[in-house]
Amino acid sequence: MSEPLIRLEGVVKSYTNGAPAAVRNLNLEVERGEVLVLVGPSGCGKSTTLRLINRLIEPTSGRIILDGEDVTDVDPSQLRRKIGYVIQQVGLFPHRTIAENIATVPKLLGWDKDKIEARIDEMLELVSMDPETYRDRYPKELSGGQAQRVGVARALAADPDVLLMDEPFGAIDPITRDRLQNEFLRLQQELKKTIVFVTHDIDEAIKMGNRIAILREGSEIAQLDTPEAILSNPADEFVESFLGSGAILKGLTLKKVRDIDLHQVPILRAPVGRAEALKELHESVDQVALLLDDKDKPIRWIDEKALNRTSQPIEKAGRPVTVDLQPEDTLQDALTTMLQSSVGMAAVTDSKGKYLGCCTIESLAKLIMSEG
Amino acid sequence: MSVVAPNIRARTPLSERLDLIVSPVFAIILAVIGIAVWQYSDIDETTRAILAPEKIQRQLFETILLGFSSSLLVIIIAIPLGILVTRKGFPRLKNFLVDTLGLAQALPAYGLIVIFFSFMGAGINTVILALATFSLLPVLRNTIVGLEQVDKSVIDAGRGMGYTTRQILLHIELPLSVEVIIAGIRTAIVINVGMSALAFLVGGGGLGETINSGLKLDRGPAILIGAVMVAILALVFDFLSALAQKYLKPKGL
Repeated sequence: MSEPLIRLEGVVKSYTNGAPAAVRNLNLEVERGEVLVLVGPSGCGKSTTLRLINRLIEPTSGRIILDGEDVTDVDPSQLRRKIGYVIQQVGLFPHRTIAENIATVPKLLGWDKDKIEARIDEMLELVSMDPETYRDRYPKELSGGQAQRVGVARALAADPDVLLMDEPFGAIDPITRDRLQNEFLRLQQELKKTIVFVTHDIDEAIKMGNRIAILREGSEIAQLDTPEAILSNPADEFVESFLGSGAILKGLTLKKVRDIDLHQVPILRAPVGRAEALKELHESVDQVALLLDDKDKPIRWIDEKALNRTSQPIEKAGRPVTVDLQPEDTLQDALTTMLQSSVGMAAVTDSKGKYLGCCTIESLAKLIMSEG
Repeated sequence: MSVVAPNIRARTPLSERLDLIVSPVFAIILAVIGIAVWQYSDIDETTRAILAPEKIQRQLFETILLGFSSSLLVIIIAIPLGILVTRKGFPRLKNFLVDTLGLAQALPAYGLIVIFFSFMGAGINTVILALATFSLLPVLRNTIVGLEQVDKSVIDAGRGMGYTTRQILLHIELPLSVEVIIAGIRTAIVINVGMSALAFLVGGGGLGETINSGLKLDRGPAILIGAVMVAILALVFDFLSALAQKYLKPKGL
């Protein structure tokens, strides 16, 4: 195991006015290239912990080591220029254009003009915003989601190794939040930054984190582990109650359809005779068969009733397959598709649409049960 | 207790445009009235003597000098003071200053000039200092309000990215409060030009002399023309600071 990039040793943050300490003796290590999520109820000290790392708050005692160096030995402004910082309210400078906002840290670091200009375009493209369109706009002309994209671009502009994110998607509407989270995960796969991510939303923590630290009051670690381990094995009642009743459902987002043992239903290919189709159905335990086209793409669910009801060709019988799953989809997607499907199961195809098998409630349940 | 009453008008594009129109329009109306009075009312020798061009010229210059110097003094004192008391650790000083200066403004300007006279004797400097004291509050208050209304998350982001305290003040706080601060300066300038009409009381000169002579010698046209000139001057200063407000306000806000 390589040396962790960030290490907090016995860190305490207390206040002189007698209020309980925001951080009581915290020990924490953040590995290079991982996303560590700090999650906990509001007031548990998670934001304070984050702000201790870039010295926006000074610790009362304890040591914070960044890349082998005690952060209190470095000038705080110099330190912060090396650490990306993203906050919930974004905090774009309203009197500066998007380009000027993104150029903030490179300018502070004294990059030359051409390099900064090139970097601005690169960053805007990285967060899927067209440089031509957005460079010279002002923050007030952006939507909340766009503003936070620029916030992330600004934080990444000087290519810091470490990124601190304080509820970055907390103030964004659910649909946009979901999209930004996905884009951010894609970015992180490419960039491999070391990220400390604060949220109060356990679902977001499970989705974003390589590891999750669940904190209780005083920034005390209740459990620190991978999302899978925490979901299947909560350390205590606090963690359990924080996960909420839907822990199993939350776990569904962590596993993929490819983990399921697919079920094989009778397969029909057009043109197939009615009698032949009926025979297939009678020989199978399943009530339903799947009709594939000549490219092996599932097109219709066919059952006995549908065959008896109509005299039309078999391509018009039964119900159409509207949605199909792919191996990369999560079990949550699978469950949703199955519940919406008229036959209680969902067809799984590869990325080209070729039929692989079916996902049923039983196979899903079997996979979940095998975990506990 | 803090009495930092926000003195920020909601500035819409319409009100901003009106801002640059209202003062000149009023100034022109007043000028027309002044000229009409000069043309059509009974102007006798005494009135002519009161309104002698070389006198008026001198008084105009004195009024401008009074308004300009006292306002400059206010800017030099109030803005740094406002910056100082909004830094960490000065909330008491801030409240104390705002309260005391509120008191100074509650005194009649006339009384304030007399108080300064009893300490400093007659002369233009007495008037400048008295006016500056009187109009310190609007600038100080707007500096404080302007700096305090800057979005805290913008400052937090700036600090988090590695701006020093000084860079935050110069690159974030001041640009984002310049509009509110200039609004305070406008108020101060209009007060100062208007109040300079009282300067003659302690030998400070200004257009107040014309008004006073008109009153003493019972010459209505002279009183009116003197008052109109003071008002036009105040409006011209107001217009100039509205221009400054428009062009110094950063784009994007």
